Amino acid sequence: MSRGSVLLRASALLLLVAFVTAPDLFAPVFEPLTVNGAPAIYNQGSLLTLTLAHLATVFGATLASTVVAVLLGIFVTRPMGMEFLPLSRSLVNIGQTFPPIAVLAIAVPLVGFGAKPTLIALFLYGLLPIFENTLTGLTQVSPLTLEAAKGMGMSPSRRLLEVELPLAMPIILAGIRLSVVINLGTATIGSTVAAKGLGEVIIAGLQSNNTAFILQGGAVVALLAILIHDLFMTAERTMARKLGGVAATS
Amino acid sequence: MNPTTFPGRALGEASSRPGLSVDRLGGVIAVLIGIAVFAAPFVTYRANRIVAGEARMLVEAVSPILAGAVLAAALLAAVAAVVVQQPWLRLGAAALGLMVVTPSVGAAAWFLTPPGNTFARISPALGFWLLALALGLLVADSLTRLRLGPWARLAALAVAAAFVALLVLSGAWNGLSILKEYATRADGFWREARQHLFLALGSLLAACLVGLPLGILCHRAPRLRAAILPVLSIVQTIPSIALFGILMVPLGYLAATVPLAAEVGIRGIGGAPALVALFLYSLLPIVGNTVVGLAQVPAAVVEAARGMGLSDRQRLTQIELPLALPVILTGIRIVLVQNLGLATVAALIGGGGFGTFVFQGIGQTAIDLVLLGAIPTVALAFTAAVILDAAIDLANGHD
Repeated sequence: MSRGSVLLRASALLLLVAFVTAPDLFAPVFEPLTVNGAPAIYNQGSLLTLTLAHLATVFGATLASTVVAVLLGIFVTRPMGMEFLPLSRSLVNIGQTFPPIAVLAIAVPLVGFGAKPTLIALFLYGLLPIFENTLTGLTQVSPLTLEAAKGMGMSPSRRLLEVELPLAMPIILAGIRLSVVINLGTATIGSTVAAKGLGEVIIAGLQSNNTAFILQGGAVVALLAILIHDLFMTAERTMARKLGGVAATS
Repeated sequence: MNPTTFPGRALGEASSRPGLSVDRLGGVIAVLIGIAVFAAPFVTYRANRIVAGEARMLVEAVSPILAGAVLAAALLAAVAAVVVQQPWLRLGAAALGLMVVTPSVGAAAWFLTPPGNTFARISPALGFWLLALALGLLVADSLTRLRLGPWARLAALAVAAAFVALLVLSGAWNGLSILKEYATRADGFWREARQHLFLALGSLLAACLVGLPLGILCHRAPRLRAAILPVLSIVQTIPSIALFGILMVPLGYLAATVPLAAEVGIRGIGGAPALVALFLYSLLPIVGNTVVGLAQVPAAVVEAARGMGLSDRQRLTQIELPLALPVILTGIRIVLVQNLGLATVAALIGGGGFGTFVFQGIGQTAIDLVLLGAIPTVALAFTAAVILDAAIDLANGHD
């Protein structure tokens, strides 16, 4: 990593932390965007609390999706679950055509308003990219490698833990990254169903016609997404380099 | 455990197993069907559209004869799922099941609504959805095993669409709550449908017109690529409602200062910011995939074309673009499916589309109104995905 890009990332992180902890410092920047003396900085709650709530929702949901999706991915690539493999591939394809907003909207009448429908929608939607990438990662491990591991006398569970999963890890991480970035955006829509998060800031802006609020909510989510995306990319590249393979792209 | 002791671990082996072995996936489907018909309510009855519902089991929801028919069709599908290996027979049993079960939920609505009562609402409940899910899984599994080509998949899609159209147009479902929601806002429904398609397809068209040339330029000028692609990826990370909101400012300003802009319908709220936002989201997949598609054209092929005396433009249109087409189409598929979903959010800034019903429904806690917006959205995205997947296969030369 070049020194310039490290510096760029550090300053983006610093800007984000400064903004959510002391947003009032930035009031002059947002003042030109307001009309009729409307407040320039979101004043209906602490940006820090909302940011943490947003992150908690996204990480909680993604963690649950990761556990379930990786376990399912392992199951359908073992001999006992092979029968489910072709169907689960098609289901992942079909599932990804479901818009996340539709999942959220259908969850609300079933479990009520608040954080629950958002968590459910994020969890369900997050499953698909992780499951898909777990499948890709585990099925592309070369049969020769597996044969060699078997020849060395490794048991199936040791083969899985010490050969297959480490080799598939960069691709699985790419799936988790996709889920997190999509979920960071979708969680803002959760605020239309009364989930706590940065969507509140954006929606308050839309309702009071205050662009400064919209921009603040949007900018914090976008910065979070860029930084997290970047962190995952770095982890994927490091891991792929260690494995001697090609770096995971896109 | 030694894997070789497991019969049927791969698809090819599964079909060569003796006739009466048990199919594990089929077992799961059969269990789902069993729960759906025996342990879960078939429909929900509500005295009006927003009160809490009362569950009705299958035997209470339809006439005894129809209940028997549904039960027979469901059990036939369950048996087929467990013991039949032949994919066409499994598909047939699942299709027969769906053909019996889907109209009967409409029949349940007529059966349960007291005569002359216009307030009572009947909606499909867990049992129906589970049954539809299980039969749908069986259909999806048989179709996967059949490995249909692109034309056959399109034909299957057309048959499914025709069947749903028949159910809706024949009035078989008219007693259901979701179609009552539709009936009270039929004009609005088609207006929002047109708006939804306009937002999704219009932004896709604009993104193709701009993105393809931009992708070709990026392919030829690596410096331009290094400058443009990161910016487009950053745009993708901005949450949709924020981008919609942010774009209201410049467009509102444009409308206020340029009279012509206001005349052609550009305003700060409504369709314009939504269209521009969807256009911006669409650029990355289109530009990115054009670059990747062009980059993977073998250099030797381009060299040979040059040797044959093809001009720069001829090489691009006759060699490079046709070879890059499958990858570009994949980008278009991503964009179309994504835009059909994201267009739902446009309703929050007055941009219309099916999201109007979704957010109205959330506001009124009327689930059927939410579904009136969500089901067509999902159906459109699904249809678009099947059609474009087939197009990608055809472009790859798989007939």
